[in-house]
Amino acid sequence: MADAPVLTASGISLTIGQATLLNHVDLAITSGEMVAIVGPNGAGKSTLLRLLSADLRASRGAITLKGRDLHAWSPAELAMRRAMLSQHVSVSFPFTVEEVVQMGRGNLPLASAQSLVDAAIDEVGLGDFRHRELPTLSGGEQQRAHFARILVQLACGEAAHGPGILLLDEPTSSLDLRHQIELVEISRQRARNGTAVIAVLHDLNLAVRFADRIIVMRNGAVAAEGTPAETITSDVIRRVFDIDVVVARTDDGAPYLLPQMMQQIAASTSVVG
Amino acid sequence: MSAADAKLTAFVRTTGRVRRPATVIVLCGLLAALLLTVLLAATVGAAGIPLTRLPAALGLTAADPANPFAARDQLILWSIRIPRIAIAAMIGGMLGAAGAIMQGLFRNPLADPALVGVSSGGAFAAAGAIVISDSRFAHYVTFLQPFLLPLAAFIGSLLTTIILYRISSRSGRTSIALFLLAGIAIAAIANAGIGLLVFIADDRQLRDITFWLLGSLSGATWSKAATIAPMLALGLIGMFFTSRGLDVLILGESEAFHSGVDVERLKRICIVLISIMTGAAVSVCGVIGFVGIVVPHLLRLMIGPGHRLLLPASVGLGASLLVGADTLARTIVAPAEMPIGILTAAVGAPIFLLILLRQRGLVGL
Repeated sequence: MADAPVLTASGISLTIGQATLLNHVDLAITSGEMVAIVGPNGAGKSTLLRLLSADLRASRGAITLKGRDLHAWSPAELAMRRAMLSQHVSVSFPFTVEEVVQMGRGNLPLASAQSLVDAAIDEVGLGDFRHRELPTLSGGEQQRAHFARILVQLACGEAAHGPGILLLDEPTSSLDLRHQIELVEISRQRARNGTAVIAVLHDLNLAVRFADRIIVMRNGAVAAEGTPAETITSDVIRRVFDIDVVVARTDDGAPYLLPQMMQQIAASTSVVG
Repeated sequence: MSAADAKLTAFVRTTGRVRRPATVIVLCGLLAALLLTVLLAATVGAAGIPLTRLPAALGLTAADPANPFAARDQLILWSIRIPRIAIAAMIGGMLGAAGAIMQGLFRNPLADPALVGVSSGGAFAAAGAIVISDSRFAHYVTFLQPFLLPLAAFIGSLLTTIILYRISSRSGRTSIALFLLAGIAIAAIANAGIGLLVFIADDRQLRDITFWLLGSLSGATWSKAATIAPMLALGLIGMFFTSRGLDVLILGESEAFHSGVDVERLKRICIVLISIMTGAAVSVCGVIGFVGIVVPHLLRLMIGPGHRLLLPASVGLGASLLVGADTLARTIVAPAEMPIGILTAAVGAPIFLLILLRQRGLVGL
């Protein structure tokens, strides 16, 4: 039972007008797994995530969540089982950080969710900003506030229905290096407790650190899939991103890559040194 | 941590902090303000009733036999002033709440039912109802008579809101510039329609229609108060079910859906609520603008944008504001009366401009 996938997509495609945004994608993710979706701009990464979150409906194919058709769940039931952090969320009204994070609790009374709200705010490091109005904060701080809101939603749902799914659409796009790593740590901690995590990431090196499994997309289809060591190879990168890179290995064997130009600079400095 | 670091941390901790007052204090304060305004409204007017004579006039204490005005006081209070105050309070509350809901629905602090043509749409339908119910079709609709105007105004407002929503939002996003411009166009169409009705109406109908163009509470009666009371009750009940959804909707339609809100259902409820409350207000006292903008704006500055408190507070402040404005309208040029729409516009339009300036980036013009 532990290995039964919580989320499966079989042969999903999305066609809008003449354009095929997604072409026959299969996917299965099990509880506690961390999956990164990478690929060039316009490869269909965000589209795939929006299909998995039930935001969009596939033209063909089916998605099941915990064994039941994704669109058979009501919005409220769905929210208790999957939490989704969107790429850009703009708030035009002066809600404070705490008020935004509290929104993650759904229909739960405030009293029973406040400890989760406090914990999430501290976890993303916004304790000093909890009474600040969101529109006055920087892009990265706002992104962390929304991440805290999603964590509260996930925690409320998991308390009632067991491990759920966390979907993250470029969660690190406005974050500095330290907060990128912290976000990965927080996500990994959730995965250890059984949450299935799927993130669209741009930074391939971060994806290697983040994921158990990487799905590389190109032109609306899966171009490569597997462990970081299997997918982040100079061959795959050249095929998908159309650039030459050098893939090196860290001491623990994880791949990391340097674009060619950067590599040449690094080589020349080492010669001088 | 060095002293400079500690100082910086303390600075970060305290700058830009927002403190929200307690819910109980806000609601009690608004209730007290409403009671005071009502008391003032009851005592001043063409025939003043001093506070000392008020209890007797209300029938709370036995009339003072030495007071020659006792019977007059009672008559004025019960048949003219109290129904008028009641209607002003209910309509002010509904306009404030309709404005707050509309601003949440369109994620836009500049939305107001009167400004974007929803009130005009209701007024057009109500004026049409006057002309039709007075014509040879009259006997088809006699059974509807007491509810004809509110019903027509509701339908007119509903259609206008739906059209406005369809025009200004595309795939979950609402363009604020498009919304305001579409609202202007819709208001122009409705006003042209009203103009046409004025043109074909006879003298008696004309008098009734003109009333909508000015906006006035002078026709207040107990039966009108009884007609709109259920609309207010519906609005209050509906608010209870929309406040959480409206909060999350501020983050965007996708986010609202992701956090468990049935967005389509929420939007339908909001549109109906806006239309019921605007329609009820228009059917009794015509188009009164800017209450829906000013009230939620002032409240957001004081209590923040959370709808759980903002919506009921808008009812409270809207009620006080309109009772106050109406008292002013019937006293400053006494014995004549100033149309209340002029007063609310004189106060509201500058505030609208102020919000517009602060939100310039948001409007994208």
